[in-house]
Amino acid sequence: MLIRRRQFLQVGSLATASVMMPKFLKAFEQPNAVPAGNKVVVVLQLSGGNDGLNTVIPYRNDVYYRERPGLGIDKAKALRLTDEAGLHPALTGFKNLFDDGSLGILNSVGYPNPDRSHFRSMDIWQSGSKSNQYFDTGWVGRYLDAQCHCCDKPTQALELDDVLSLALKGNNNKGLAFKDPRRLFGTSNAQFYKDISKNYSDHHHDEQPADYLYKTMAETLSSADYIYKQSRLHPTNSAYPKSELGNSLQTIASLIFSEINTKVYYLSLGSFDTHVNQGNQQQRLFTEMNEAVSAFVNDLKKSNRFEDVLLFSFSEFGRRVAQNASGGTDHGTANNMFLVSGGLKQQGLLNAMPDLTTLTEGDLNYEVDFKQVYATILNKWLGVDDKAILGETYRHLSFI
Amino acid sequence: MVITNQIKNQHLLWRAGFGPSVHQLNTFTSFYPVKTYADLAASSERPPVYIDIANNFADGFTMGLGEVLRNRKKEGTDDKLQKRELAKKSRDQIKSLNLTWLDQMVNSPAQIREKVSLFWHGHFACRNINIYNQQLLLQQIRSNALGSFGELLTAVSKSPAMLAFLNNQQNKKSHPNENFAREVMELFTLGRGNYTETDVKEAARAFTGWGFNLQGGFVNRPFQHDTGTKTFLGKKGNFDGDDIIKILLEQKNCATFIARKMYRYFVNDQPNEVNVQWLADRFYQSNYNISSLLKDVFTSSWFYDEKNIGSKIKSPVDLLVGFRRMLPVEFDNKEVQLLFQRALGQVLFYPPNVAGWPGGKNWIDSSALMLRLRLPQLIAGNDLFGIAAKADDDQQMGMMEQLGKGLQAGRNEMNGLGKRFKVSAKIDWPVYQKQFINTPRPQLYHVIETALLQAKMPVALDAIVDKSIDQSTRENYIQSLSLLLMSTPEYQLC
Repeated sequence: MLIRRRQFLQVGSLATASVMMPKFLKAFEQPNAVPAGNKVVVVLQLSGGNDGLNTVIPYRNDVYYRERPGLGIDKAKALRLTDEAGLHPALTGFKNLFDDGSLGILNSVGYPNPDRSHFRSMDIWQSGSKSNQYFDTGWVGRYLDAQCHCCDKPTQALELDDVLSLALKGNNNKGLAFKDPRRLFGTSNAQFYKDISKNYSDHHHDEQPADYLYKTMAETLSSADYIYKQSRLHPTNSAYPKSELGNSLQTIASLIFSEINTKVYYLSLGSFDTHVNQGNQQQRLFTEMNEAVSAFVNDLKKSNRFEDVLLFSFSEFGRRVAQNASGGTDHGTANNMFLVSGGLKQQGLLNAMPDLTTLTEGDLNYEVDFKQVYATILNKWLGVDDKAILGETYRHLSFI
Repeated sequence: MVITNQIKNQHLLWRAGFGPSVHQLNTFTSFYPVKTYADLAASSERPPVYIDIANNFADGFTMGLGEVLRNRKKEGTDDKLQKRELAKKSRDQIKSLNLTWLDQMVNSPAQIREKVSLFWHGHFACRNINIYNQQLLLQQIRSNALGSFGELLTAVSKSPAMLAFLNNQQNKKSHPNENFAREVMELFTLGRGNYTETDVKEAARAFTGWGFNLQGGFVNRPFQHDTGTKTFLGKKGNFDGDDIIKILLEQKNCATFIARKMYRYFVNDQPNEVNVQWLADRFYQSNYNISSLLKDVFTSSWFYDEKNIGSKIKSPVDLLVGFRRMLPVEFDNKEVQLLFQRALGQVLFYPPNVAGWPGGKNWIDSSALMLRLRLPQLIAGNDLFGIAAKADDDQQMGMMEQLGKGLQAGRNEMNGLGKRFKVSAKIDWPVYQKQFINTPRPQLYHVIETALLQAKMPVALDAIVDKSIDQSTRENYIQSLSLLLMSTPEYQLC
């Protein structure tokens, strides 16, 4: 009614306005194209606390079947990996990855003094803190802070979601969240925003809140433009499942092929909070994950990029060893992680299966601190100083 | 630059409250801020009305029972299902508590009380799924928000919500749990660096035995209390929890910690240490009288310095409440406001962690900013909403499924943008337009801009606004101009 929509959402090119743009915007005009061979990380967050013991199944372990009389996955149904470990029956694609040496499974990942609250434990995983520390920033966000000092790469970390996670928030730099490049472009493309953005000049010091708002706005408009164009440069023509995860991974693949400067992609799947009737819920989510990740891997292989991409999954905690009385499991502690890439140096089961006989209050003990995984990826895959980002030295692992 | 009384008064109303209401628009020019402050303070004098959602004792009792059952980790199908249902009911009621309090912030004349309560709500950050505990804690905060900090601290520390959240129910002589003692010092009173790990251990011993009962009352369980001698912050004695709080309040650092935090919240994210120290000295001398501290802040000349005006990024709650105070809105489904809170990063009663909302630049990232800029057009129904807030398993707000009523399904857009929705709401434009009835058309732009924006636009928007504005009628001009001004980065500031 009030504002004629067509006017409000008029399409125009930001580039034509570059003459008037303040200096902090200029840099975005020449996004640094990244050479092929550029390493990319895809973080897949399984929200809600995925049940690790029904993901990687200790199908020869009597304790497992004793504690899970109704919920334990039948020996015959588990997809056998080794003579002691099998995968959830829905994870056929992951079984194939295991067989061709592109899957690493890290067992018993956690942290000291684990917290069983979803929000607190997720906070710990996303910020990369210890359980007695409270950070306002996330580990990917601090990677951005370290990487782009005078940031000319506002698209270095992208989240496929409507709302940005703490993981991608740094002190001075933040990742960008969107579900669909086209919609991002649509909502950021209002002529009004472009007009007020280009008329702003940063005569203040950068610390002023108004400057920060305008800077973020300009970055968003410019990035939306850039992401949209890149997503249409080499759109993948491979088939993907019509699920949300499928769509997101398809978008990511197209962006990777466009050689956009993005180093970290972040996406989540859930909810794995299976207190009740776990069987169906986990089956449904794993089916979605299996189809989408399989399509993604095949696509990357076809374009010879699988060696450059590392996808890993995590959840804020695993679940209790014993099933509960409602056909589900309650919040637990240590859990396993999947590492998927054509460039793994170590494959298969990377460490021993969890010890089900030595528990703490019915929960698994952790063997690997998740921050070791972050440190390894930051250092060996992304080539940055992990200590500066994590605030401490963590022993590196050797899967890459 | 001359700062007019109007701008100063608006500055005061934004910082000491949630911004000017539409009915106040024509009242600013004549008053000095000192008078405005006196009026504001007087309006907040009365004790607040209890927001009673779980309003019968039986409700509260069963909720309390659910909590106890959960603490005992009792397993068994019936218990489990019952607990789940109780938990769901409790979460629904916390939503009502959220929306009811939000309405208070919009409509209550006790603006200082509600604004300062929101500050304490973040300072004493607490997650607790028990509605009964939550509403009790909120009442303690709102009742003591303007009184003595010592009494507020004691009331919060003895509330079941906080004792449960910080695990003091598990703090027993035989197995001390340090969580509560640590946060009382780190977050509530002193801040890091002003105590040692030994102080934490000793304070934890003193707090042993503090807990709560089924009725939501504080209990001191003498058999759980460690009666031995403790050494705390250089003092030695057989201290209990009350002694620890007393010793904490004796520390000058405590007054400084609170004064600095309030300065950052109410004045400027960059604290001026001279002003902070002046406030802290007087706060300490007044025996932690919060009203005196606030009066010192809001009647100081430096509070009205140019650098402090329009220099703070509004919190999502400030933004939403401030909008509603200026443009009265009726939502067909009030719960859409929970979705806004969620997508913008501040849901009442669900702080991100024990440290509360960090605020400042932390509110802003690309998606949050773009949603903020679009918010006025979304509420006015000129733009479609397509945001699914992230699931939070502790929260399970189940907002999406419940929004059906208020969100009319928008047509599936032809261009493949996916499903988007119209926020179904009605803005009371006549009451707003009435305020400008005597303003000649050529002056409307300036008058409305001054009323809505505390941060000066760096460039005159006239030309830009002209392109997007609806000039057809006077009403449409006022409406589209106001919405556009509220869609600017400047409107995010106060």
